[in-house]
Amino acid sequence: MTGEIWVLTEQWRGRVSEITYENLALGRELADALGTPLVAILLGSNAKDLAATLGKADRVLYVDHPLLEDAVPQVLAEVLAGLAKEQMPRAVLVPLTNVGLGVGSFTAARLQAPAVNFCKDVRVHEGRLEASCVMYGGKIESTVALLGSPAVLGMWPGARPAENGRAAASPAVEEIQVVPREAPPVRLKKYIEPETGDVDLTRQDVLVAVGRGIQARENIELAEELAQALGGAVCASRPVIDQGWLPLSRQVGKSGLTVKPKLYVALGISGAPEHVEGMKNSGLIVAVNTDPQAPIFNVAHYGIVGDALDWLPAFTAAIPRRKSQHA
Amino acid sequence: MHILVILKMVPDVVEELEIAPDGKALNTDYLRMILSESDDHALEQALLLKERHGGNVTVVAFDAPEVDDTLFAALAKGASRAVKIVGAEPGMTTSGAGRLLARILVQEPALLPAGLVLAGVQAIDDLDALVAPLLAHQLAMPYLGIVTRVALDPSGETASVLKEYPGGVRGEFEVRLPAVLGIQGAEKPPRYVPVAKVRAAMKSQKIDTVQAPALTGGDLRLVEVLGMNKPQLTGHAEMLEGSPAEVSSRLCEILAGRGVF
Repeated sequence: MTGEIWVLTEQWRGRVSEITYENLALGRELADALGTPLVAILLGSNAKDLAATLGKADRVLYVDHPLLEDAVPQVLAEVLAGLAKEQMPRAVLVPLTNVGLGVGSFTAARLQAPAVNFCKDVRVHEGRLEASCVMYGGKIESTVALLGSPAVLGMWPGARPAENGRAAASPAVEEIQVVPREAPPVRLKKYIEPETGDVDLTRQDVLVAVGRGIQARENIELAEELAQALGGAVCASRPVIDQGWLPLSRQVGKSGLTVKPKLYVALGISGAPEHVEGMKNSGLIVAVNTDPQAPIFNVAHYGIVGDALDWLPAFTAAIPRRKSQHA
Repeated sequence: MHILVILKMVPDVVEELEIAPDGKALNTDYLRMILSESDDHALEQALLLKERHGGNVTVVAFDAPEVDDTLFAALAKGASRAVKIVGAEPGMTTSGAGRLLARILVQEPALLPAGLVLAGVQAIDDLDALVAPLLAHQLAMPYLGIVTRVALDPSGETASVLKEYPGGVRGEFEVRLPAVLGIQGAEKPPRYVPVAKVRAAMKSQKIDTVQAPALTGGDLRLVEVLGMNKPQLTGHAEMLEGSPAEVSSRLCEILAGRGVF
């Protein structure tokens, strides 16, 4: 019989992340296609109760140890690789998120196993695992075959809807005693909560987002004027925050906030997966970019090829005109 | 402290990317290569630490188009030494490159010991591994990724490191040195260096070259690229065309129709 399909549960600060359920949904498909069990791997400290939420899996392997509390990637990988070496699953799905980044590379290195990053989908083709990987900032997709087991699959968020990975059933839980070799040389001292910004982006109906294409700090004023006309606020993708042009509290994406406004206007944002992750569920997305191939146009509802700086004044001026005509 | 910074050249995705005739790689004929963005931040973080605590910064990169310009720019910014690895098998996987790099760091004089090894947290073409955790594994060092600040403790034995989590939360970690860190962003934006200064570095400084040894067991190539394609435009936006005024007017109608105003 082929090895099992494993899904590494991402649990952080006492909660199971959505990506775990997304990966369980995909893992279920792979396990069924291969005729093998789906197993959720839960590593934590006093976290056994979380196993009850992993009913999409046939069983849960749970390892409890105080050193696992802070989800330090190197420690998680050591335990995961140890389990995998013993039980030889066919594949392990690991989340490629800010919590788990590094676990996959470490695990694969320890096992000398095939690994891929940036997976948005995985399928079984003629008995072989093939992954679709988002490369080059979302501009290219690679189809990749994994030659050997256990295959370590670094998953992007969104492979399947999270609700498909939830189930009412309570899975069997098998607790395994594993002791990490020693205290990790990486120790969490404290969490630093985000500074409360002047604006809570998650409560805005309209967001005007600026990216690298805004070109200079002073141009953000043009976006502020548009946001004001639309009754919303300005947010940004990572490069603008890194430049110090807007505070961290205005960042949308993987390391920033996840937002769902009614309208999201993306100005000069290419649409790298890290940004899209934070805004893809917006009600209506309008994107302006000079590059007609920019991946942002794959998630936007309406697109404009052009320089956001040329287009901004015209759009800002058109809004009060349109409002007054129909007042 | 000696700080090693691993630099990698990647295709500039602002340019149009073409797929090679075999459908399995990028067409390199017209590819413009630039320094991977997070590697630029890793270099900046290293230079900030050098300014604060003294010591020296060595930048290391595999040979690639435009890499000399990048290495001279690093020297012009303040790096102490630049090393280029030549003769590696073309088209190596990231995991192969990481294993080879670890071997070179151990074998070549004056690269290790280093108190810190910094690399970008990930590159846009890191298909089968991330360099920082791979190096940490190979060199048996601690690792932390998605790092946005590094402060050295006075003892020199540990560093206080900030790691980003989702939702704007950050974690402050104590990391025992020597360590490998995957840098997401430096404390400050990467510094600008004028072309004249880079030219001056080209005249007054040199790039050391290191011949890549054969990789024991070869590049394992445990993954096989079957094909590359541009993403299918299943959910592609409806494109609005015309002058800014025309497009704005049309967009206003759409937004009004959707009840935005």
